[in-house]
Amino acid sequence: MFSNFANPFKLRDFGIMGMNKRNYSYIGKYNDRSLYPNVDDKLRTKELAIESGIDVPHLIGTVKFQHEVKSVFSQLEGHKGFCIKPAKGSGGKGILVILDVNENGFMKPSGDYLSNEDVIRHISNILAGLFSLGGKNDVAVIEALIKFDPIFDGLSYQGVPDIRLIVFKGFPVMAMLRCATEASDGKANLHQGAVGIGVNIGTGEALRAVQFDLPITIHPDTGVDLTKVSITSWDRLLHLAAGCYEMCGLGYLGADIVLDEDRGPLVLELNARPGLAIQIANGIGLTPRLKQIEALSNKKSYSIEERVAYAKEHFA
Amino acid sequence: MEKLNQKLPFIILIISLIAVGIGSIYYRSAETGIPVFPGEKVDVWKVDSKIEFNANGKEVSVKLALPDNSAYQILEEHTASPGYGVHIVRDGNVNEVNWSKREAHGPQTLYFQTSLRELDGYKEELDTLGLAENTVVWQEPYQSAAKSIVDKAHQRSSNTEFFARELYKLVDSQEEEVALLVSKYQPLQVMAYLLRMAAVPVKEVQGILLENNVKNQKVSKFLKIFLNKEWFILNPELGLVDADTPLLVWQDDTPSLLDIEGGSRSSIRFSVSKTTQSALKQSVAEMEDTQLFNFSLYKLPLAEQNVFRGILLLPLGALVVVFLRVMVGLKCSGTFMPILIATSFLQTTLVTGLIGFLAIVAAGLVIRSYLSNLNLLLVSRISAVVILVIGIIVAYTIISYQLGISEGLSIAFFPMIIMAWTIERMSILWEEEGGKEVFVQGGGSLIVAIIAYLLMSNEIVRHWAFNFLGIHLIVMAAILLMGQYSGYRLLELRRFNPLVKDK
Repeated sequence: MFSNFANPFKLRDFGIMGMNKRNYSYIGKYNDRSLYPNVDDKLRTKELAIESGIDVPHLIGTVKFQHEVKSVFSQLEGHKGFCIKPAKGSGGKGILVILDVNENGFMKPSGDYLSNEDVIRHISNILAGLFSLGGKNDVAVIEALIKFDPIFDGLSYQGVPDIRLIVFKGFPVMAMLRCATEASDGKANLHQGAVGIGVNIGTGEALRAVQFDLPITIHPDTGVDLTKVSITSWDRLLHLAAGCYEMCGLGYLGADIVLDEDRGPLVLELNARPGLAIQIANGIGLTPRLKQIEALSNKKSYSIEERVAYAKEHFA
Repeated sequence: MEKLNQKLPFIILIISLIAVGIGSIYYRSAETGIPVFPGEKVDVWKVDSKIEFNANGKEVSVKLALPDNSAYQILEEHTASPGYGVHIVRDGNVNEVNWSKREAHGPQTLYFQTSLRELDGYKEELDTLGLAENTVVWQEPYQSAAKSIVDKAHQRSSNTEFFARELYKLVDSQEEEVALLVSKYQPLQVMAYLLRMAAVPVKEVQGILLENNVKNQKVSKFLKIFLNKEWFILNPELGLVDADTPLLVWQDDTPSLLDIEGGSRSSIRFSVSKTTQSALKQSVAEMEDTQLFNFSLYKLPLAEQNVFRGILLLPLGALVVVFLRVMVGLKCSGTFMPILIATSFLQTTLVTGLIGFLAIVAAGLVIRSYLSNLNLLLVSRISAVVILVIGIIVAYTIISYQLGISEGLSIAFFPMIIMAWTIERMSILWEEEGGKEVFVQGGGSLIVAIIAYLLMSNEIVRHWAFNFLGIHLIVMAAILLMGQYSGYRLLELRRFNPLVKDK
């Protein structure tokens, strides 16, 4: 019966971080509550990112009040593909993706068309808080579509593969690529059955892949070899992730980054409470790396370049 | 070292919470006699003294010496004496009841009733002052006979206790020397004299034995003998018995038990009965009598007391929630929802409560899935679900009443708002994460609720939570301590097991 349970001392020796330790020793200590809105409100994140020169998907416009809803069409003029999101949404709810606009109306990825009224109703629902945490009034954010980098073809069943990095005090410490599967219903959450691929911080190459906490080598739906995955423009991606620290101020941070074919890595979302599954995807514990960074001198401030160089050297 | 300094105030806080908690529990149990276990019983002796005499037609005053109560706690005293002025005098030396009346004719009956409780662990010490030497030396041939009996007993025994037993056996026998002594003196008198000759501490006392349902008992004489650091009791009927025998004695120097002026042909009889009372009820009754400030919920009106009986279980429920979430890592929907469900289980009992809960949630989820098609805003959606839950509860109650299932009626104890939120959360969870997650979190909540229920329905726990408020400080300390626990949760050991399994 106990063979399913690990010896806690062995876990500690491997440096695996538990939920209590994450909450108490990292989130509680390094993430100031007052900074949470910087990441929980996607509009604010976007504005901060633009201010600090962090690459994000282009902001087409926002709708803040019900009486502005009709103005959305003038904002959308000239944009063929875009997506409309609730600023405080959670779990991907309320995101409307439009691939094309033509005489039939607004085309969804499924090929269905929406009328102007459908779009207005969706935005009204967002404003009324239908998708936000606790049902609070919300803001609709309209941003440009991401053109997915073809290197990810076949890695994801529906959905978008994104790269999750844990950034601690500005140092990228661990990374994984998350790919949706049929089992995860197109979502990128590991506990729902998405594939997690641990990524070598030094090179951007895959370390190993897991689904449902167990190692796999090929994608269960597409059959693509997961061990051969290598992420291009890895250096830029690391710089981008490291820069999120200055941008939002959170010491313990999860950065979700996507690769755009034209623009390269873009920060999609930041997370003040990143999960622990990244350890399983990498097959290694977070604690030793976090400790190593905590042990660095506080007096010296490190530039983004120095932090990336340090991470590439030590966490490869 | 620096770490220790940072943690020091916290450690001090925890230690003082625990210390104050334990201290207050100890105080409650020691000072007010609140029992540690709820079912504890105490024996209460009820002693009725009935005094009868014939009044001479003039002023009457009656004086009844009260027994030595150092081994007992007096719970109640009553007198019944029509037309008499009564006062009870109790100061170190004089313990007595006085009755008086200006004029009384004919037969008079006075009652005095005492309720006594034996004090635990009371031990009478040897007080050498009160011990008399043999005041007079008996004349011959009695003195030589006495000496010969003492010698005989001495030879046949190895220690003082056996000596006393041997001596008693001899005095009880038909031996020649004994017959001689008993012809002149009372057997107890002989016994006392012989013991004093052998320098064994002995006291002659009068008293009554406390036995259940004994009526019309007279005061009889006893010897108290100090053997093996304990007072033994000797009486011709009982033999030599140890000090645990309940005996109510009057002080040795009491001149007379009953003293009547203005009356004649007096008699006094005692009736003894034993009742067993709940120790809790007993000590609460005592507390109510004391005028001292005491921080007790029993001072509140009964209705408020019952409210607090429920409220004071919540900290223990919170402890269960903290433990299962922080140490075990169970997922549940809504932090404290399981405790509120557990408190309604207390009203409905577990099985009925579980069936009712599942029935309400299942019905709620089905109807809620229709509501979600309507695209309502949160507040109106929740309100609709609240009304829905009330409707379901009313329906269940009526149906189970019609079917004659009386357990079904208690379903109304479920907190409607909490149920509504539970349904709302689970239905959102279903939409966002799928049915499996609903079962994981719903099951987790139910496990937490059941464990909290089992703890909160435990008699000892309920007793402690209400009677020993100090326990809540200890619960608080435990919760604070767990709030700083940064180790692994039990279920994480399983989650992360694949990471270390083959290494």
